[in-house]
Formats: sequence, C-alpha cells, structure tokens
Amino acid sequence: MSSEEVNIESYRTEGGEHDEIASLEVLSEYENELLAAGIDPEETDRSGSFLQQDHSVVFAKSLIPGLEIMATDEALEKYPWLDEYHWNLVSRDKDIYTKEVAERPTQGYFLHAEKGAKITLPLQSCLFISKDKIRQNVHNIIIAEEDSELHIITGCTVSHKISSALHLGISEFYVKKGAKITFTMVHNWAGKVEVRPRSAVQIEDDGVFISNYIMMTPVKSLQMYPTAFCVGENSRATFQSIIYAPGNSNIDVGSRIVFTGKGSRGDIVSRAIATDDARIMARGDLVGEAEETRGHLECRGLMLSDNSVIESIPELKARKKDLDLSHEAAVGKIAEEEIRYIMARGFSEDEAVGMIIRGFLSLDIKGLPEGLARETKRMFEMTLDKVM
Amino acid sequence: MLEIQNLSAEVSGKRILNDLNIHIGDGEVHVLFGANGSGKTTLFLTILGFPGYDVVEGKIYFKGVDVTELDTEKRVKLGMGVSFQHPPEIRGVKLGDVVEHLLKRRGGGDALALAEQLNLSEEFLSRDLNLGFSGGEVKRSEILQLLAQNPDFFMFDEPDSGVDVENVELLGKITNEMLEREKRPSERKKSGLIISHIGYILNYIKADRAHVMLNGRIACSGITEEIYDHILTEGFEGCVARCGGRDTA
Repeated sequence: MSSEEVNIESYRTEGGEHDEIASLEVLSEYENELLAAGIDPEETDRSGSFLQQDHSVVFAKSLIPGLEIMATDEALEKYPWLDEYHWNLVSRDKDIYTKEVAERPTQGYFLHAEKGAKITLPLQSCLFISKDKIRQNVHNIIIAEEDSELHIITGCTVSHKISSALHLGISEFYVKKGAKITFTMVHNWAGKVEVRPRSAVQIEDDGVFISNYIMMTPVKSLQMYPTAFCVGENSRATFQSIIYAPGNSNIDVGSRIVFTGKGSRGDIVSRAIATDDARIMARGDLVGEAEETRGHLECRGLMLSDNSVIESIPELKARKKDLDLSHEAAVGKIAEEEIRYIMARGFSEDEAVGMIIRGFLSLDIKGLPEGLARETKRMFEMTLDKVM
Repeated sequence: MLEIQNLSAEVSGKRILNDLNIHIGDGEVHVLFGANGSGKTTLFLTILGFPGYDVVEGKIYFKGVDVTELDTEKRVKLGMGVSFQHPPEIRGVKLGDVVEHLLKRRGGGDALALAEQLNLSEEFLSRDLNLGFSGGEVKRSEILQLLAQNPDFFMFDEPDSGVDVENVELLGKITNEMLEREKRPSERKKSGLIISHIGYILNYIKADRAHVMLNGRIACSGITEEIYDHILTEGFEGCVARCGGRDTA
C-alpha cells in the first residue's frame, strides 16, 4: 500500500492572496477551524503568533524579546546567512513535492529563538487554507540557537467551505547546542485535502527535539516521514503520534531518527486507529551509526472496522556494535472482554468502547511546560469529543 | 434480593447451567463453593446478563423485577455489582478515571479517600487498569471499584485467591463493611454472593448460607460451617453425596 502521487497541476497557485490583518480575531468566521488546530485568536499565554492564509502571511508577531517570527521570504531577504539553512536538511530534488516547493514557494514561517532565550510560553503558528483548489507550497525554517528553548503549537487547518486543496510543506528545524524545541502539531484537514509535508531536524550536542503529532479528522491522503538527525553528542529526539483515521483517509506516516552523535537517544511512539474505510501505514525507522546510542520504537494500532487497513512497518538499522535499538509493534481490535468488563460497571457498550479508545490514544505528551501540556491535553480531549 | 428459578443457560451453544435455583434475601450473604468448571463464574455472568451467556430456560428476579431479558447496563443500574477474578488489562484507561466515573454517577465522592481505605496510593489510581497489577492489587482494585459503585447486591469471584494473608484480612474487613455485616441482621440491606474455592475469606466474612455447585446446578445447600467442614473432609463430591443433594439447613 503506497500513497499514490498527487496530481499537483490540478491545484492552483494563484488567487490565494490576502491582506494583512491587525489581529487574529478578525478571522472570527473561521474561529472554529482555528480553535480545532490549537490556535487561540486572543493569543492568551502565547509568546507570539504566525498565520498564513492560502498564499499570504496575514499575521506574524512576536510578543517577547529573543523570539523572531516572520514570513520566510522576508527572512531570506533580511538575513543572507539564512541561505545556509534553506534547503540544507531537506533536498530540493528529493521528490516531486520538494521540487514543486523549490520552484513555486508560497511563503511559510521563519521562527528564531536567540541564543540563551528560554521562551516557555508557546508560540502558535497556523497554515490555513480557505479557498478551493489551492496549492499551498510552504517552506518553514525553525532555529533554536544555543541554550535556547522554543515551544511551538502549530495547526494546519482548512475552511469548512472548501472542497479540495493541496498542502506541501518543507520544514527544516535546527536545534543548536543545549537548545530545546518542542513541536506540537495538530492536523485538522478535511476529506478532500491532500497533504505532503517534508520535514527534517538537526540536533546538536545536548539538544532536545520533541514532536507531538495529533491527527484526528479525515484527510484524502497524507504522506510524511520526518527525520531527526541526532548529530550532536547526547542529543535527544522524540516523536509521538496520535492518529485517528475515519472515512476514506489514506495515511502513510512514519518517523525516522538517525543517530550519528555519540550517546544520542531517541524514541518513536505511535498510536493509530483506523475506522470506516481508512488505510494507515505506520512506519518507524531507527538508524544507529554511533556508539552508545539508544533508540526505541513503539507502534500500536487499533482496528475498528473490517474495511480499514493498518500496516505497521518498524525498521532498525545498526551500524556500530555498542548501541541498543528496539521496537515493538502491535495491531488488534478492541477485545470483547475489555468492553464487557467496563460494561459490568454499568456503562453502556458505546461508553465502554469510548473509554477504551480514549485510553488507547491518551499518550502522556512529553516535554511540554505544564501549562502547554494541560492545554494540549484539553485540545486533544476536545478533538476526541468531536470525532467520537 | 435475588431469586433464580429453574435457570438453564448456555455459552457458545454448550449447556453450562442446569435447572438451577437459588434465593438470596435482603441482607443475606451466601457463599458458593464448587470445583473448577462447575459453573460458578458462568452463574455470575449469567446473573449479570453478559452477552454470550444465553438463558434457555428459567427466570432471574432482582429486587422483584424480572431481569432475565435485561442487558447488563440496566441490571447494574438496578444495583448489581461484581468483582472479577481475572479482569482484563486495559491500556490507557486509568483506574482512577473509572472510579471517578462511578462516583460521579452516585453524585460525587473522594476517589483517593476510598483508595486509601484499601492501602492504595494516588500513584496507583493513575495506573492503567490491571496492567501489571499483582494478585493482591487486582483484588483491591476490584473492591475499590465496587466501593465506588456501591451496589445493593455484590458478587465476588474468588476474592481470596492469589492474595497474601494480610490482604485477605484487609479485603475481608472492607467487604464486611460493604455488606453491612456489622449491623444487626434486621438492619442489613446489602446482599452478597461470594465464590470461593478455598474459603479463606470466610475467616473474615460470616456467610449466612453456603451452596455447592456441581455440573451446573446447586447440588447442596446449608449452614456455611457445616458445608465447609464437609468439603474439607470429604471434598466437593463427598459433601454433595452426604447431603444427598438436599438442603441441609
């Protein structure tokens, strides 16, 4: 089962221009879509916001010193040194999608935490598609300089009014020595949207990168395989994914960590639920190329219908003797015995199934500051309430 | 409280319960003995109305209501509660959340305070249901859920198997309280049915009557101490032979 190639030409690159807005609250007609992607129009407890609507960056503002937020084009113009970071981790020639973004980029964000800046309040960024048949080709560059800390909530979302769209996104993350980035991404697509993110992360000595990915709404097709390169000594990478795939969703998602720094560590944890006619390919890949590295991969899948498919493909590649890589993968249905056990406490069958599904999906989201962890959990619960 | 008349039941088309009769009055606690495979657990799950436990003949009355055709959820809401011998592990579902849900249904309560009665910590409440629980922890978690549920009729499936002496004593004490055994017989409202293979729990809970199950029916009933003594000296079948399949009480 591989995801078929998108017919890029069937989506348009023109007609997606919008004027800048003075405040996110101007977009009140899309409030539900923004909230569903974790974006707070009032910017409560945020260090800053970025919002791109179709092809235009309509809002970009940092609320605290040490943090820069701007459109990628503007950043590339302002900082010539950014050339070194642009198309550095992801190759332009990787596939038709990277080539497309290289040839016809339509903005994206540049996020920059200055050296030593500990920004504990999250910044929110949103890539929003509001027009039909739009091709959104974004390129994001995120840099956390030495000893800085950056927490990002990013939501990709579409207007309920559109029938189809294409989102291509290049993201290049740089975690410098002793720095930390947490990246909590909510995908809130719709049944006729095609999505091809291409992301890579480079983590230097003692750096930490944590990705939390939540995707609980239908999507026509989604294919991504972000890679973290633990190049620094004792660097750390974690990918956690929670995927609930309804309808005809066709999802091919994995995470890869390449350990080239001595003593680097990483975990990949995923939970995937397939229902209706959904297809999920859950991949994971740990590549050990340095000594004293350690990685663990855990994929769990839950099948809720006979018409859905989950394939789980964990891979381990070891190229040094002094390392430790492991994986566990399991796919199954909800055991009848578990449902009955909960029903024996007086819950209905639906309530019992709901509790088990919630339990299955509830990963303890790691590495976030307390307020953000609470908020993420609330956002997750809200999404769960909506889909179930 | 519970009246079972001529009950026959099948599991996967196989007859497990045969023309079984039992009557448990308000405030009474009965104990159910029987060898493995005699149908004790099947009786529990049939009383509870579990899917797959099909009544082919007879009636089950609970609090005067014919519940034979009622689903589990409704029977539990009428006041039945059960503790399982081997509950399944459920990843991600926290014991504390289940207890909170049960308390909320009764209008609220303090989950931690209940847990502490059973020497269970707050950390324990945050664990996934039955995942990696020790034998004693499983029993205490089951009793904790029953405490939160506070039913009128309790069914305990082997509350004393695989539990150390200290825990049996604790569980016995709490169970006694739940069943209002401290009160005068006329003031007791709660009833219970306890499956015990080994009978340790009877050192802590005084049961009013005992029954021996054999081949899916109640083969013998009587005063708990007498029945227990017979089983200890002569085994289940010897006990049944001695009482000639009659009620000795």
